[in-house]
Amino acid sequence: MALKATLIRRICPPCDDKLVHLRLGMTKRVNTTEMAHLGTDAFSAKSFWHNGPAPGAFYNFPGMQSGSCNKEAQRSQQPITTGTSVLGLKFENGVIICADTLGSYGSMARFRDCQRVMKVNNNIAVGVGGDYADFQYLKRIIDQKIMDEHIADDGFSLKPKALYTWLTRVMYNRRNRFDPLWNNYVVGGIQEGVPFLGAVDLRGMAYQDRHIATGYGGYIALPLLRDAAEKNPNMTQQQAKDIMEKCLEVLYYRDARSFPKYQMAIVTADGVTVSDVLELKSNWEVAHMISGF
Amino acid sequence: MFRNQYDSDVTVWSPQGRLHQVEYAMEAVKLGSATVGLKSKTHAVILALKRASSELSAHQKKIIPIDNHIGMSIAGLTADARILSRYMRTECLNYRYSHDDALPVSRLITDVGNKMQVCTQRYDRRPYGVGLLVAGFDDNGPHIYQTCPSANYFDCKAMAIGARSQSARTYLEKNLDKFADCDLEELVKHGLRALRDTLPNEVDLSTKNVSIGVVGAGLDFTIYGEEEMSRLLTAIEGEERRGGTQAAAEAAQPPAAEPAAAEGEAMETE
Repeated sequence: MALKATLIRRICPPCDDKLVHLRLGMTKRVNTTEMAHLGTDAFSAKSFWHNGPAPGAFYNFPGMQSGSCNKEAQRSQQPITTGTSVLGLKFENGVIICADTLGSYGSMARFRDCQRVMKVNNNIAVGVGGDYADFQYLKRIIDQKIMDEHIADDGFSLKPKALYTWLTRVMYNRRNRFDPLWNNYVVGGIQEGVPFLGAVDLRGMAYQDRHIATGYGGYIALPLLRDAAEKNPNMTQQQAKDIMEKCLEVLYYRDARSFPKYQMAIVTADGVTVSDVLELKSNWEVAHMISGF
Repeated sequence: MFRNQYDSDVTVWSPQGRLHQVEYAMEAVKLGSATVGLKSKTHAVILALKRASSELSAHQKKIIPIDNHIGMSIAGLTADARILSRYMRTECLNYRYSHDDALPVSRLITDVGNKMQVCTQRYDRRPYGVGLLVAGFDDNGPHIYQTCPSANYFDCKAMAIGARSQSARTYLEKNLDKFADCDLEELVKHGLRALRDTLPNEVDLSTKNVSIGVVGAGLDFTIYGEEEMSRLLTAIEGEERRGGTQAAAEAAQPPAAEPAAAEGEAMETE
């Protein structure tokens, strides 16, 4: 059907198709190839100006990301399978990071042996809380980073502060795109002979401290860790382990999304050891006295 | 170098298994003025002879700082060197931003080598016509790396490239054992002596035509200023030159055998 030279009614912003006005107010979606067959040639007014902004429309400059263009909905997500608190503590010549082994599915205690602390290389350990799938994604990337180092075989080994900084950049970048990796990371290791401990959250907020606790741990465990560290600034590895176990125990009593099985990663100058799954002893004898829920 | 029918394209092999374009690119490096690099256990030092294209213009800068812990000197096409230095600076800066740490020198050199190799395998590119002497310091200590237009790179204890650099290499080879334990000043003086050997007879080292860059333990990459250089040059002034016929300043009578023996080493095929 031969169409008479027609008016381009408007440009559809997301996809730059032209909506062509036909007789009787009907509009037809037309692409550039079709335009050529409408009796317009390369030098006629309409095709010369095509791909430009129609009056009143937003113009998508070529080559720009369509960030505000609604091609993909903005995502801020919700975490699905989640890990709860992660605790970290510096002691005399190393760092301990520990977390329980629960992946909660909402309020359901669904996956009861998720490993949430991992060894990165001989002087870095990482613990993670929050969305487990996001952790698995980033874990692959971190493992690839370490593999690249093995391949380079040049005697260099990633340092904890470098991983911590890199992680901050990644998390902050995702947050700015309204598509966060919904995690809380605790990075610990030995940086040039000195223990290092830092945390990065889903907003890209990063800080370093002698003791770190994410999630509910911040409310329940952190006061205990601070108190112990104040009384005993250069605690030994065993003392650090003991206070961590105490904190995990309290968290098990008080955090409704926790679990009595846990793992500890200990980093010293000799390397990183991730313990087997250990079990907390708990005493519920007072449980019957608690009322009000 | 003979012209032949296999040298028009970098993607054409000669029957002898050579890429002539790459070899011609390496000739460009030999046209550039000399530059010397050497390292001790704690420091890496690069020195370069600056050329002025005329009496009116300033001497061409030969030493380019890359990052706090890396600097390099160039021989060959300065424009190509600028592009490479821009790439190296960006890589170092990106690594420092994302890891808060210095990029290990060997990794940077590998990246540069890979980038340069692309140009030796595509019909629409030409090899970079510049040789680099990269001095860096990282957790593995000081390094001197040499890169060629052929995209090869070499980890060196000491090296000299550019015009008449064979004399410098001879000096470096003779004194190689002394470098490891030198302090910074001794190391720079060795470098200056090596550089001096590349000079033609009438020319001498001066603060105008020499450039010195140093990096090491606790020392960010620094290019020496005029004062420091003139002090060092004065310190080696009295010594005999191996390559030249007369020393800059005679103190005691020079040994009689010196002129004849030295002459042979100075000559280098260009």
